[in-house]
Amino acid sequence: MEIPYTVSARPDTGLWNAKIGIWLFLASEVMLFGGLFSAFIFLKLGAVADPSIKWGGDLNWQLGFVNTMVLIGSSVTVIMAWAELKLRNFKKFQMYMALTIGASFLFLIIKGFEYYAKFTHGIFPKTSTFYSIYFTMTGLHALHVIGGAIVLGYFWLAGRELYKRNPEHLANRVEVGGLFWHFVDLVWIFLFPIFYLLSSYPLTPAAH
Amino acid sequence: MKPLDHEETDHSPAGDGHAHANEHAHGHDDHHEPGFWQKYIFSTDHKIIGIQYGFTALVFMLIGFALMILMRWQLANPGTAFPVIGSWFGETYMPNGVMTPEFYNSLGAMHGTIMVFLAVVPLAFGAFGNYVMPLQIGAPDMAFPKLNMASYWAYFVGGVIMFASFFVPGGAAKSGWTNYPPLSGIADNPMFKPDLYHVFFNGQTLWLVAMIFVITSSLLGSVNFITTVIQLRAKGLTWMRLPFFVWAQFISAFLLLLAFPPLEAAAVMQLMDRLAGTSFFMPTGLVVDGTAVDALSGGGSPLLYQHLFWFLGHPEVYVLILPALGIVSEIIANNTRKPLFGYRMMVYSVVVLGFLSFIVWAHHMYLTGMGTKISMFFQTTTMLISIPSVIIITSLLISLWGGSIRFNIPMLFATAFIPMFGIGGLTGLPLAFNATDLHLHDTYYVIGHFHYVVAPGTIFALFAGIYYWFPKMTGRHMNTFLGHLHFWPSLILMNGVFFPMFIQGMRGFHRRWYDGGQVWEFTQDLLWLNQVMSISAFLLAIAQIPFMINLFMSIKFGKKVTSDNPWNATTLEWATPTPPGHGNFLKEPVVYRGPYEYSVPGAPTDFSMQNEPDPETLQPAAAAELPTAKH
Repeated sequence: MEIPYTVSARPDTGLWNAKIGIWLFLASEVMLFGGLFSAFIFLKLGAVADPSIKWGGDLNWQLGFVNTMVLIGSSVTVIMAWAELKLRNFKKFQMYMALTIGASFLFLIIKGFEYYAKFTHGIFPKTSTFYSIYFTMTGLHALHVIGGAIVLGYFWLAGRELYKRNPEHLANRVEVGGLFWHFVDLVWIFLFPIFYLLSSYPLTPAAH
Repeated sequence: MKPLDHEETDHSPAGDGHAHANEHAHGHDDHHEPGFWQKYIFSTDHKIIGIQYGFTALVFMLIGFALMILMRWQLANPGTAFPVIGSWFGETYMPNGVMTPEFYNSLGAMHGTIMVFLAVVPLAFGAFGNYVMPLQIGAPDMAFPKLNMASYWAYFVGGVIMFASFFVPGGAAKSGWTNYPPLSGIADNPMFKPDLYHVFFNGQTLWLVAMIFVITSSLLGSVNFITTVIQLRAKGLTWMRLPFFVWAQFISAFLLLLAFPPLEAAAVMQLMDRLAGTSFFMPTGLVVDGTAVDALSGGGSPLLYQHLFWFLGHPEVYVLILPALGIVSEIIANNTRKPLFGYRMMVYSVVVLGFLSFIVWAHHMYLTGMGTKISMFFQTTTMLISIPSVIIITSLLISLWGGSIRFNIPMLFATAFIPMFGIGGLTGLPLAFNATDLHLHDTYYVIGHFHYVVAPGTIFALFAGIYYWFPKMTGRHMNTFLGHLHFWPSLILMNGVFFPMFIQGMRGFHRRWYDGGQVWEFTQDLLWLNQVMSISAFLLAIAQIPFMINLFMSIKFGKKVTSDNPWNATTLEWATPTPPGHGNFLKEPVVYRGPYEYSVPGAPTDFSMQNEPDPETLQPAAAAELPTAKH
């Protein structure tokens, strides 16, 4: 028995199964991070109303900026990997995929360095509500980076067999993995400004 | 693009119940017959997974029910030693057979958690959705069979962790099924009582960990369901030809997909509060046991947790009820031998219901001090959501009109569902208004309200579904006499358990009292209702014995079905062999008509199956090519 539309698109929807699946999954992920972003806003409003709650912290925006660029770059390379697969250039696909994985490692190393610097300065999640949400959100994001890197790494290293059997199927998988990767990138694009740019100076108390 | 091994393989004869006729190419990995473990334990077949879900959920339902029986003894006879079983629970939980307040709280929290997350939703969505929905849309399986298996096992692991939390020091979670902080943040927390509780293996932490597994399970399941309905509908099965059950599952899947993640976020934050010492939900200046807590940074918001919880919690209520409405619709159409009244309006209603259920959550929070303007908004949306609910239930009621009804066991449960759900729904209206909710909030009135929706409502519908689809799953009918012996006492006793709650609740009985209200003056003349409810509950337990006997005995000894379609139904699940083999259909079904063509004037029988061609009005090719064809 074979499930229909795993590789080719269903004519009336124009989509294959996993493409719908990944968009639904991403919708769910949006709600997960949406919950956390709402928590950020909620806690920040609480801090605005109550000046005794410390908000903001000393984050290194230069490192955050480099990491933003690294992730955006990896989003480009993952698209290139998919495009090369569509053109049936397996070698170039592997090269671009390697670059993507490399970028994910670079991101995690920089992030790890930032965490390490915070810990050695005695700053932990429990230091303040700001650092709680900072570590939770960036930590969860880092887990997503690791998960994405594992999936993409699997396509990179173990994709050859599927490529020989059914290159379009591999291209579809890479597309799905790539969509997830873009999402991970996108989350960071929101995380970077709210933590590194908007939270590094003290809050002004509410006017009322 | 097809795999390279494109050769046609030998098909086994069509009569053996294994459908191979619709296959064009075999994947390289399913040439061999799967062994026992692959076939029944780690199966990717949606029907096996559905049965696994169903069986596990029924076991959890029994556990949840047993917890409630313990609570009901305590409420009726506070401070009295349990007869017989009192000594089984040990000196920590029941010294001298008398229940401790902490254990009562654990039972309450775990009864709610187990019933909602591990029993009713897995049974309604996981079991019936998995088994019936792909059959009804004419699909060979779910779109992602491996994810489907992963979904079941994530649920199973979550359930085991949840149940195991009874056995850690301090016992299971005890802050209500909602687990509001700061109470839940303090409960079982080694930060406050390091000698009593383990850092990780304490009830509240395990509750959170188990919930993360359950949420993962429902995420995988809902992605799978939605994709399957969109992609794997049979040819000619347009959206307005979908059985209402499929619509109900489809919308429920969206609710699970989008509502659960905020609770996951909340669970992660509460875990951080417990394990990393953060203060997401712990306010500044917290005082525990008379001493100020300095270990916390403070600045958190308990209200934030409630928002995140109820953002899940309210759509979850509709996940509990929508599959039940779907099951009841199928059974009512089938047994009145009439089309459903207002099928289209029901579909629109269920879509609107799904949407509105996302913007009513804070009606659980009128008393939190979130502000009157916000309360006003949520009061309005809550009023709005009653409109589609009433449309659906009214359509079901009018569907009965003028039918020559067959009162078989599924139909008895389905007809009982309507007034029971009606009581549950209508008693919700006073809770939706700010002013009346001030009085009724957190009383037994609330308990009565949502139990009417879920217990004689949803669970009756689930029983109806079990009796209805059992012949398809096993090839045998369940026993009618035992069915009556199950139905009538259950109907009466359910009301015996839940109706007095309205009376007590309006008097002001608080839902979390551990002694049933013994110590108050204003409760004295209604205390006897505790006895009524508890005796009803014990008898209700006995009334489930015929069901259990029936369920297991009928697998072996039930009356054999004489055809693949014993109820003379119209939907596609009855066009499969009994029980359906791997791949479901002997040949790919093509759909020519709507889901409920019963008693069509001029038709040879009083039911016309969806895959039955009608040469005069519809050419098969035209039906297959027009995805938006009107039925």
